[in-house]
Amino acid sequence: MTVHFKQDEPDNSNRLDRMKQGVLGKPLPRIEGLAKVTGTAPYAAEYPIENCTEGVLVTATITRGEVTSIDHESVLTMPGVIAVVDNEKLCTRAAQGTANEAPMQGPKQVCYWGQPIALVVAETFEQARDAAKHLKVDYREEEGAPIDPGAVEPEEQEDETVHQGDLAHAMADAAHSVDVTYTTRGHASAAMEPHAAIAQWDGDKLTVYAALQMLNYNITELADALDMEEENIRLISRFVGGGFGSKLGISEEVVAAALAAKQIGRPVRVVQSRQQVFQTVMRRSETTQRLRLAADENGKLTGFGHEALVSNLPGEDFAEPVLQSSHFLYDGENRELMLKVARIHRMTAGSVRAPGEAVGMPALEGAMDVLAEKAGLDPVELRLRNIPEKDPEEDLPFSSHKLAECLKQGAEAFGWDKGPRKPRQRREGEWWIGTGMASAARVHNIAEAKARVTLKADGTALVETDMTDIGTGTYTILAQIVGEMLGLDPERVLVELGDTRHPRGPGSGGSWGAASIGSAVYVACKAIREELAAKTGTSEEELELREGEAGTGEALTDLLEGEDLAREGHYEPGDIEDDYTASGFGAFFAEVRVNHYTGETRVDRMLGAFGFGRVLNAKTARSQCIGGITWSIGVALTEALEFDPRDGHLVNCDLAEYHVPVHRDVPDLEVVLVEERDGAASPIQAKGIGELGMCGGAAAIANAIYNACGARIYDYPMTPDRVLEAMPE
Amino acid sequence: MRPFQYTRAPSLTEASNLTAGEDALAIAGGTNLLDLMKLQVETPGQLADINRLGFADIEATDDGGLRLGALATNTDTAVHPRVRSDYPVLSRAILAGATQQLRNKATNGGNLCQRTRCFYFTNIDQPCNKREPGSGCGAIDGIAKLHAILGTSNQCIATYPGDMAVALSALGAAVEISGEKGERSVPVRDFHLLPGDTPWIENVLEAGEIITGIVLPAPVGGTQIYRKVRERSSYAFALVSVAAIIELADGKFSRADLAFGGLAHKPWFDPRIGECLLGQPPSAALFEKAADILLEDARGYGENDFKIPLTRRTLHAVLAQVTGDAA
Ligand SMILES: Cc1cc2nc3c(=O)[nH]c(=O)nc-3n(C[C@H](O)[C@H](O)[C@H](O)COP(=O)(O)OP(=O)(O)OC[C@H]3O[C@@H](n4cnc5c(N)ncnc54)[C@H](O)[C@@H]3O)c2cc1C
Ligand code: SF4
Repeated sequence: MTVHFKQDEPDNSNRLDRMKQGVLGKPLPRIEGLAKVTGTAPYAAEYPIENCTEGVLVTATITRGEVTSIDHESVLTMPGVIAVVDNEKLCTRAAQGTANEAPMQGPKQVCYWGQPIALVVAETFEQARDAAKHLKVDYREEEGAPIDPGAVEPEEQEDETVHQGDLAHAMADAAHSVDVTYTTRGHASAAMEPHAAIAQWDGDKLTVYAALQMLNYNITELADALDMEEENIRLISRFVGGGFGSKLGISEEVVAAALAAKQIGRPVRVVQSRQQVFQTVMRRSETTQRLRLAADENGKLTGFGHEALVSNLPGEDFAEPVLQSSHFLYDGENRELMLKVARIHRMTAGSVRAPGEAVGMPALEGAMDVLAEKAGLDPVELRLRNIPEKDPEEDLPFSSHKLAECLKQGAEAFGWDKGPRKPRQRREGEWWIGTGMASAARVHNIAEAKARVTLKADGTALVETDMTDIGTGTYTILAQIVGEMLGLDPERVLVELGDTRHPRGPGSGGSWGAASIGSAVYVACKAIREELAAKTGTSEEELELREGEAGTGEALTDLLEGEDLAREGHYEPGDIEDDYTASGFGAFFAEVRVNHYTGETRVDRMLGAFGFGRVLNAKTARSQCIGGITWSIGVALTEALEFDPRDGHLVNCDLAEYHVPVHRDVPDLEVVLVEERDGAASPIQAKGIGELGMCGGAAAIANAIYNACGARIYDYPMTPDRVLEAMPE
Repeated sequence: MRPFQYTRAPSLTEASNLTAGEDALAIAGGTNLLDLMKLQVETPGQLADINRLGFADIEATDDGGLRLGALATNTDTAVHPRVRSDYPVLSRAILAGATQQLRNKATNGGNLCQRTRCFYFTNIDQPCNKREPGSGCGAIDGIAKLHAILGTSNQCIATYPGDMAVALSALGAAVEISGEKGERSVPVRDFHLLPGDTPWIENVLEAGEIITGIVLPAPVGGTQIYRKVRERSSYAFALVSVAAIIELADGKFSRADLAFGGLAHKPWFDPRIGECLLGQPPSAALFEKAADILLEDARGYGENDFKIPLTRRTLHAVLAQVTGDAA
C-alpha cells in the first residue's frame, strides 16, 4: 500500500525528537563500512559475470568535425578482438543531472577533443585497449572551433538576470564600495571509482551494473538512449565509489556497454580509464566573476552586483549556476545579477560537487573581505550586519536561517580575534601567518521520493528503494530513521538500495538525497505506526516504540501476529517550495602560512560551523563537512583543469597532475554542527549537507593569505606563482 | 599496452644482450615504465626484468664512500643509516619524491632513468618530438607550467622530473654502468643530456647498457638541504628544487655545492655558483649575484616565466637558511 504525502505546510512539531529509540542523530559508523574496507562490497565493474567481454572506448583526436570513416578491419584481425561498435545510438557526452532523457548521441559528429566515437570489444581488457589505440579513424575537421570562453560572444541566461533599483547609482553614492573581478578554473570530480558498466541481455531484457548516482533518472535516460521500455531495464548500483556530480546522468560507457552486448550477444564490461573519466565525463566550468558591493558608512550594503561568465558546449542546457546563493545571501536593495554562457568546444561542463556556490561563494566572500577592510569592520561583523530579514529579491521569508549563529559559534570555537585587522603582522621564520573567514551558503534542494518499509513478522525491518549511497551514509541514516520511528535497534533494519526493482528514490545529488529519501521512509514508517497504534488502541501520536516493544508493553512481534507489515512511502515536495527561501548556511575560519620566498601556502587550522537542519547522523554529517572543507582547500590552492589553448583538450587528466589536496595539505579540521530544525525544508526537518562544506571555504583561505602576507589575489587557485606575483616586496 | 616478450634476465651479460635490441627495455620497479606502456608511450617488444640480478646492496666503498645498488629501492636508500647520517641531502631528496608506496617499489636505477612528465609526451594523440621525432613540440605553445627555463632547445622544453638525481648531482656522485663493451663510470652531472636536436636521447646509456650502482664520494659534511617547492605538500613534482651542501668557515663560504631540479632536461649544476660563493661572507647581495649567474641564460615560455623569480627566491631562501642570514 502506498501512502502519499505532499508537504504544503511547515511541520514544526519536532515529532522525531519525541520518539523513544533515541538513535537518530547518533554518530553511528556506516553500516557498509566493513564490507567496503575489506573489499567485499562490489562496485559496478566487480560483479563476476560469466562469459563477459571487455570494451574500451575510442575517443576523437580532433576538436570539431565529422568522423568520415572507421576502419573496422584495422583491428578485427588483432588477437582477441570481437567487434567494433560505432552505432548511431552511442552517446558522445554524459547526461546532465536530472536530464531524464538521453544525452547527445551520434558518434559521427565530433564536438570536443576526446569525445567517444566508438567502442572496441575484445576477450581481454588488454586486447581491447590495444585495439582501441590502433583503430583507424578518418575525420573531416572543421577548423577554428572556439575554445577560449573569452573569445566568443556569450549568451545571457535570462532567468538568472536581476535588475533591481539602480546599482550604478548606489556604487557612486556609497561610503565604501568594491568593484573586483575574480576568476576560478575548471574542476574535476575526481571520484575514486572510475565510470564503469557491465551490460547483460536476456532476450529483450537488459541488466546493467553501473556507477551511477540517480537510478530513477538514469533508467529513463538509458531507455531513451536505447529506444526501449523502462520495464525491460534493470539498473544496479549498490555501491558507488564517489560521484560528486560526475555520475548524476548516464555516461558514455553505460550506453556503449548495452549496445555492444546486444551486438555481440555476450555481456560486455566497459571501464573508462582515469584519463577518459577526466576527459569525457564532466568538468566544472571556469568562471570570470565581477562583484560590485556598495555600502553605507556603517557597512550596510546598499547595492549588490554579481555577474558571471561560464562556458559549455553548444547544445548543453547546463550553465554553472554561479549566482545561486548570491540572490539571497546579503542585503542590498539595488541589485544587478547576470549569468552568461560562452559556447566553446571543450568537453561538457556539468555538475561537480556544489555546482554554483562552489565557485560563486569564493568570489563573493573574497569581495566581502575587501569591503570589510575598506569599511574598517571586522569581517564577521560586516556579515552579521548584512543578513537579510527576508529574501531580498523574492520577498519571501526564509524557512530557517542560521547564518548569524554559525558566524558567532564558529568565531567563538576558532578563537577569532575581533581586533583590528592588518596584513603582514605575524611572521615565523620564512612564513607569514594570518587568518581569514567567509560565510557558507548552499540552496536547499528537495525531490520526490519513494521507499518501501516492511516491518517483518520477526521484528526486523527492511527498507527498499532505488536510492543510491555514494559513500555518504545513506544506508546508515535510513536504518536510523526506521529504528527511531519503529523502535528498533538500527542493526535490526536491513537497507537495500541501488536497484531499479525497488521503488524510485530521488537519487543522490544536489545534497537532496538524505532529506528526500529520509522523508519517504518517514512517511512509510508513520503509516506503519498508525497500523500498530490501532492494534494497541492508542493514536499514532501517542504510540511509543522502543527496543521492539510498544510503551503499553506488547512486543512488536506479538502485535504483528506472524504477518509482515509493509508500506510504501511517497513523499512529494509541495507548494511550500514557493512560500519560502530555504538554504543551508555556515561560516568558515582558517589560519594559513605563506612562505615569503616561495609563495607556498599551507593551511594550519580550519573550522566550519554549519546549520543544515536536523542532523541525522553526527558522524556521517561531520564526514560530509570535512570532505567539503577539504575540497575548499583544493579550490583555494591547487585544483585547476588545464586546457590546451589550440585544440581545447584537457591536459592534466590524472590524479598525479590534477592536484586534489593530499593528507599533508589537510590539517585537523574542526566542525561545529549548529542545532537547527527546519520544518519547511522537509518532513524530517533536515536540509542538504553534502555540498555546504565547500561553499565559501576557499575564500576563508584566500582572505587568510591576504591577512598573512598582504597578497590580495583574485584568481583561484592561489598557486605559488600567483602568490609571489601579488606579494608586496 | 602492446603485447611484448617478457624475459627474466638470468645474468648481467644476458640483460645486456636482451636490451641491446632496438625495441628492448629493462624493467626494474616498473613504476614509471608500466604507466607509460599502458599509455603506449613506451612500446617495447622485449622487456628484460633485471630484478633478480642482485645489485640491491648498499655498501661502503674503499675510500669511505658508499655504493648504492641500482636495484636498491628508494625507500631502503633513504632510510639507510649511513645515507641518513652522511648524505642527508640524498635522504631528504628521495623522501620529497612521489609517495611511500611508490618509493617502496621504485629503484635507484629506475629513478635516474625516469622520463619527463610533460603532458604532451604522455598523450600519444599529441605532437611530441621526444616521443615521435619530427612531430613537433606540443608544449612550446601549449601548457608549459612545469617546463624548463634552462638549456632548452626549439625541439623540446621538457624537464627531468626527479628529485634523487638533483641531490646526487650536488654530492658529485657517479653512475656505474655495465654493458657489452664492459664497465664504465659516469659522473651524475654528465649522465643526463640536454635535449638539443635529439630530445629522445635523455642520458648517456647506450643500447644494452645497464646501471648497476651509484657511487657516493666520502662524506663531505656541511649543512645539507633539499628544498622542493610545489603546489601541494606531497605527491607533486617540483616546480623548482634546490639541493645544497654548504659549509662556512670564519664567516665565509668554504663549501657551496648546489644543484637544481625542475629547471632543465637534467639536474642543473653550474660550477660558477660555487665559485661565486666560495671565500665570500654571506650577504643578500652575494645571493643575488649567485642567482644572476644561475639565471643568466634563463628563458621562460609564458606559463613558466614565474620559475625565474621563483628560482631566485628559493636559492635566496636556502642560502639564508644555512647562513642564518635572512637578508
Ligand atoms: C604518481 C607518481 C609520482 C611521482 N613523483 C615523483 C617525485 O615527486 N619525484 C621523483 O623523483 N620521482 C617521482 N616519481 C617517479 C618515481 O620515482 C619513478 O617512477 C621511479 O623512481 C622509477 O623507478 P622504477 O624502478 O620503478 O623504474 P622502472 O619504471 O622500472 O623503469 C624506468 C626506466 O628506467 C629504466 N631502467 C630501470 N632500471 C634500470 C637500470 N638499472 N639500468 C638501466 N635502465 C634502467 C627502464 O628501462 C625504464 O626506462 C613519481 C612517479 C609516479 C608514478
Ligand atoms: S617539451 Fe619535449 S617532451 Fe614535451 S612535447 Fe615538447 S618535445 Fe615532447
